[in-house]
Amino acid sequence: MNFLEKMMNIDRRWIYLLVGICVLVPLIRPVGLPTSITPYTRALFDYVDKIPADGPAVLISFDFDPSTSPELQPMAQSILRHCFAKDINVMCLGLMPTYIGMIDIALSNVKDEYGAVSGEDFVFLPYVPGVTAVMLSMGESIKNTFIRDYYGVLIDSLPMMQHIRNYDDIAIVVSISGSAMPQSWAVLVGTTYHVRVGVGTTAVSAAEYYSWLQTGQFVGMLGGLKGAAEYENLIESKGYTIEGFRKVATKGMDAQSFVHILMIVLIIIGNIAFFSLRKRSRQI
Amino acid sequence: MKRQFPLAIAFICGIGMIIQFFIPHPVSQRTYQEVLQWQIIVGIFMAIIAIRSLFVVHIDKIKRKKEGWGYSFITLFAVLFTAFVGIRIGIGEDSLFNDLYAYIIVPMQSTMFSLLAFYMASAAYRAFKARTAQATLLLVVALIVMFGRVPIGEKVAPWLPAFIEWILMYPNMAAQRGILLGVGLGMIATSLKIILGIERGYLGGG
Amino acid sequence: MSLSPWIWFAALLTLCTFSFLWRDNPFYKFAEHLFVGVSVGYTITILYWNAFLPRVWEPIVINHQFYVLLPTILGILSFAIFFKKISWLIRYPIAFLMGAACGISVPRSFQGYIFRHMQGTITAISPGQSNLLLISNIIMVIGVIATLLYFYFSIEHKGFIGKVANVGIWYIMLAFGAGFGYTVMARVSLLIGRLQFLLHDWLGVID
Repeated sequence: MNFLEKMMNIDRRWIYLLVGICVLVPLIRPVGLPTSITPYTRALFDYVDKIPADGPAVLISFDFDPSTSPELQPMAQSILRHCFAKDINVMCLGLMPTYIGMIDIALSNVKDEYGAVSGEDFVFLPYVPGVTAVMLSMGESIKNTFIRDYYGVLIDSLPMMQHIRNYDDIAIVVSISGSAMPQSWAVLVGTTYHVRVGVGTTAVSAAEYYSWLQTGQFVGMLGGLKGAAEYENLIESKGYTIEGFRKVATKGMDAQSFVHILMIVLIIIGNIAFFSLRKRSRQI
Repeated sequence: MKRQFPLAIAFICGIGMIIQFFIPHPVSQRTYQEVLQWQIIVGIFMAIIAIRSLFVVHIDKIKRKKEGWGYSFITLFAVLFTAFVGIRIGIGEDSLFNDLYAYIIVPMQSTMFSLLAFYMASAAYRAFKARTAQATLLLVVALIVMFGRVPIGEKVAPWLPAFIEWILMYPNMAAQRGILLGVGLGMIATSLKIILGIERGYLGGG
Repeated sequence: MSLSPWIWFAALLTLCTFSFLWRDNPFYKFAEHLFVGVSVGYTITILYWNAFLPRVWEPIVINHQFYVLLPTILGILSFAIFFKKISWLIRYPIAFLMGAACGISVPRSFQGYIFRHMQGTITAISPGQSNLLLISNIIMVIGVIATLLYFYFSIEHKGFIGKVANVGIWYIMLAFGAGFGYTVMARVSLLIGRLQFLLHDWLGVID
């Protein structure tokens, strides 16, 4: 077996090791290269930034579970920070049982930084089965859809909910999602109740959503860890963060660079080996 | 009763909801709200059925002593323990229930999915080949996006982010939209087939 | 290094899962089964507190809103699947859910999926655009038509139609390439997240 054949048949675990090293090294020794801001991240940031304090609320729909949390949780937390810093009322919604825990973690990480209080600055909505029914029912009455918040307090009795009845009182729905949920928000809620929809999505879905951005069905989009890092940088540059703010997504971007370079090199080597072997076999 | 009546229910509910969309009358709105509330309540019971199936699978595995049946005890114990903790002790802030989520579900599920990074690197090395002109286009665009969407690519070629944005917003979006329109029409056609009783697979056999 | 037993347990489970990279082993299997069990237990609890109590128990038993009995009975019919003789009764709640969901989705899908995106395509080319924007939009419109034609199988893909459909394949390949590039980013992000947990939350060796 010659070198090229050996390269083609290399044990997969060597590749795993390389991937591991390429993530570990920049995490331990960061390079700190800056990340540029894409127009759709800027658009979402600007939209949220223009919402007046204690005016219409921002509904953050945590449409993800731990499988995509490393990408999406930093987005959710950054948007929460943005809203809390600007005294914008926030409603947190989880449309599946396992999404609820993500809200709990995000609120635990953020609310104390800004002294945000449940019922006054944010409302943690409970899980209610029936995804589309819940989305649409909120357009009629949020109070009737949920009755109580996650902590068991009657929605009616919460100070923040005295001026929030349905989507008429919501400035934007931000669907942070690892699935097709943002499309459902745009099609069902955007179409029926004319509420604006913003999206934070995994990089997997980002390319898919450009069509929705062009039609204006999505106000803006945060795409993958890069989108999360961009939003972190935007809120920091505007002074919406506390001292010692840990930019989780931004810290990961160096590792992202290293692994992408590794992937490119692997693909190029794989192709060189493949074509060289094919050429040789044809000559024989 | 067994088949025609459910088909009639689906037809009436479906047509009713389509008509309702175009009639903003209070009666129509009230009906719509009620249907949404009914959907939510019926959905609760449907979720219980899904949970029951997990018990059936694992109890059956233990009964028949299938391969790895010992692990089914772990699953069943974990279900009962978590449900006991959540229902008897409560789900408030800083509860044991929340810890179970944060320190078992979160690390396990996110680590399982993170394994994909390794598999993808290995698969790309072995299978991502420029065999044809079209495959070459796919490969080149993938490499451009991979390089230009990370800080190092932006540093080396500052024009690259704008170029990638153009690729995504025009040629990529064109294909995505073509696919989206196809999917949208397919969904509408399937919905209409269900309402009109042409598609009956969801009712099961018998 | 963290002193929290929970962090240590989470780190242990993370390592158990990573051990699958070497090969399938009892540590991975243990973690996998534990995860499934805790997830279902979690779902049961959330359903109980957030759904069953406020939407079924309280309205009927405490508030005596007996009209809630109607959807409750419809929901209970789904349990018929547990009894072979009357299992067909589950079709009633399923038919209600499917019929209503389809009825709700049809007009909205027409608007949200079809009309808006058709409109976005048709109105993209308009007078007064810069040359670059105009060319870009023409490229986009050609791509939408070509891709749609590629998926249209009622006409044989021969002659002019075949050529246009072939253009569609090029557009689709380009989109898949962009999608792949982004997918790499997504998967790597997940790994970064886990290693950040191990290095920061558990070992405390990074900020």
